[in-house]
Amino acid sequence: MLATSPRLRATVLRVAQAIPVVVGVVIISFLLTRALPGDPAVYFAGVAADTESIEQTRVAMGLDKPLLQQFFIYVGDLSRGDLGQSLSSGRSVAEDLAKRLPASLELTLSALLLAIAIAVPLGVLAATRPGTWVDHLCRVIVTAGVSLPTFFTGILLIYIFYYLLGVAPSPLGRLDFIYLDPDHVTGFYLIDAALMGDWETWRGAVRQLILPASTLALFTLAPIARMTRAAMLTALSSDFIRTARAAGLSSRTILYRYAFRNALLPVMTTLGMVFSFALGANVLVEKVFAWPGIGSYAVEALVVSDYAAVQGFVLSMALLFVALNLVIDLLYAAIDPRIGFSSK
Amino acid sequence: MTETSQEAAARTSSGFDHTLYILRANPVTLVAFGMFALLIFSAVFGPSLVPYDPLATNASNALQPPSAEHWFGTDNVGRDVFSRVIVATRLDLSISVAAVTLSFVVGSVLGCIAGYWGGWPDIILNRFLDTIMAFPLFVLAMGIVAALGNTIENIIYATAIINMPFYARLVRAEVNIRRDAGFVRAAKLAGNSDLRVLALHIFPNALPPMMVQVSLNLGWAILNAAGLSFIGLGVSPPTAEWGIMVAEGANFIVSGEWWLAVFPGLWLMIAVFTFNLLGDGLRDIVDPRQRT
Repeated sequence: MLATSPRLRATVLRVAQAIPVVVGVVIISFLLTRALPGDPAVYFAGVAADTESIEQTRVAMGLDKPLLQQFFIYVGDLSRGDLGQSLSSGRSVAEDLAKRLPASLELTLSALLLAIAIAVPLGVLAATRPGTWVDHLCRVIVTAGVSLPTFFTGILLIYIFYYLLGVAPSPLGRLDFIYLDPDHVTGFYLIDAALMGDWETWRGAVRQLILPASTLALFTLAPIARMTRAAMLTALSSDFIRTARAAGLSSRTILYRYAFRNALLPVMTTLGMVFSFALGANVLVEKVFAWPGIGSYAVEALVVSDYAAVQGFVLSMALLFVALNLVIDLLYAAIDPRIGFSSK
Repeated sequence: MTETSQEAAARTSSGFDHTLYILRANPVTLVAFGMFALLIFSAVFGPSLVPYDPLATNASNALQPPSAEHWFGTDNVGRDVFSRVIVATRLDLSISVAAVTLSFVVGSVLGCIAGYWGGWPDIILNRFLDTIMAFPLFVLAMGIVAALGNTIENIIYATAIINMPFYARLVRAEVNIRRDAGFVRAAKLAGNSDLRVLALHIFPNALPPMMVQVSLNLGWAILNAAGLSFIGLGVSPPTAEWGIMVAEGANFIVSGEWWLAVFPGLWLMIAVFTFNLLGDGLRDIVDPRQRT
């Protein structure tokens, strides 16, 4: 109990800190839906609306009531999971987003795993061998990676691997039309196909996933590699490493057990920023590869001025991001060796 | 009097020497300055120097690959891609410079107020910034442009809003650590008003790190604006702009007409790369300790 209570208190405190942020996010997205120039009812009723349907929308959305009351109606709708009606699909926005979210998550998470799998070893190698070719490679990738517009990298990769080399499948969606969609369990095609034991479909899904995931990974790799390198350099030059060396521990133990574990902490904190970039870049990558996720849904909605869908997308992305940051911080507290000892 | 002016001269010359030293030690920064000059040159003089009218169509000469006549080829309606890429520099740079200026000014004012006086303005500002940062920034920009209306001005406002927190936080921190410093107390005792002390004595100290931030931010602002126009926000079709040119060219990439998308994309990349290198170089000059 004594050992867990500071950790528990830190957890509760961190969860409590997320509450004002969520309130702020809801206020801003409410303002965004009401900030439309002119009459919001006209926008939400759609392009083909006549006076009567505009009036209907106004009453249905409560736009004839005072602003504060509108806000509480909005919050009430949100708490029931109601994000409004999409004009283009005719279904509720929440339903549409929920249906397409797994595709986006599958893409973002696999890209992030790919980026971490490359960037962390690269950063560690660059830090342990400063001045060698690994270090220079790391520096070039870090600077080039943040300068690459994701949509351009995606198009370049399509040109090289689809048109020139012919090794990649056509960049249209999650699965080639010759395969049947796997049964819906999680919505992640890789997991669903594996659960069915349908390895043919699984391979097809992987082939479709490789290019968009690499595009996104190239972009997110840079900040992770940069931070890993810097954190490892700081950790390796600190006093406890010198003590460990003096005590005669093997260089392997020093590197992985002491330096790496401490270097992981700042890397974890940058992951929050990386997620922010990745979720934004995700929209662009989905458009390039016609990936049927929530990003391309929002882009399609923007084109036809489907405002409820766009703002529903912005709000759900923000809530997703707040949740991700919360998870990152809780993980941080879980792996930080100092929490639970110093705060006694 | 002469002594102090000599001292000041010595100090600036040593600062200048330091800059020269850094530039010599880091030729990459020098290259970045050169590329920056080139970008400014094409933004200012590009439109009057390009060989073709960026909007003139010529259906008989459509989708030509790069040649001596058309360096970057022609697009699907026969417009010269090279002229369009060069002309677009002005628009792309103006959008990002305007956005960064706006966030610089607003961020500075808010950061100064919060950092100097503290109290409830500080708390409110921090809450507000936290809320902005709680959104994935590009997604927030999409939402703002969708809400305010689909124009270039709103692209600028959206980009300014998502960049503002970085400046406000930086200024707040820089002002906050100096508000009780000796030189500030001396300036106040000498009869300067709070506003004067803040603007003329404290704020200038925040400028060097701000400049680094501006340079890094410009690249990011260009990327952001081009990304928004890539998904069809802000700039409308016949206009020459890098993001929208890449989007139009993307339709032809699967049939092998690579030059439509690759050249504007490459230019966009070079511009962003220049500002990032410049930012890193400036950071080395301003604060060598932050080098990573």
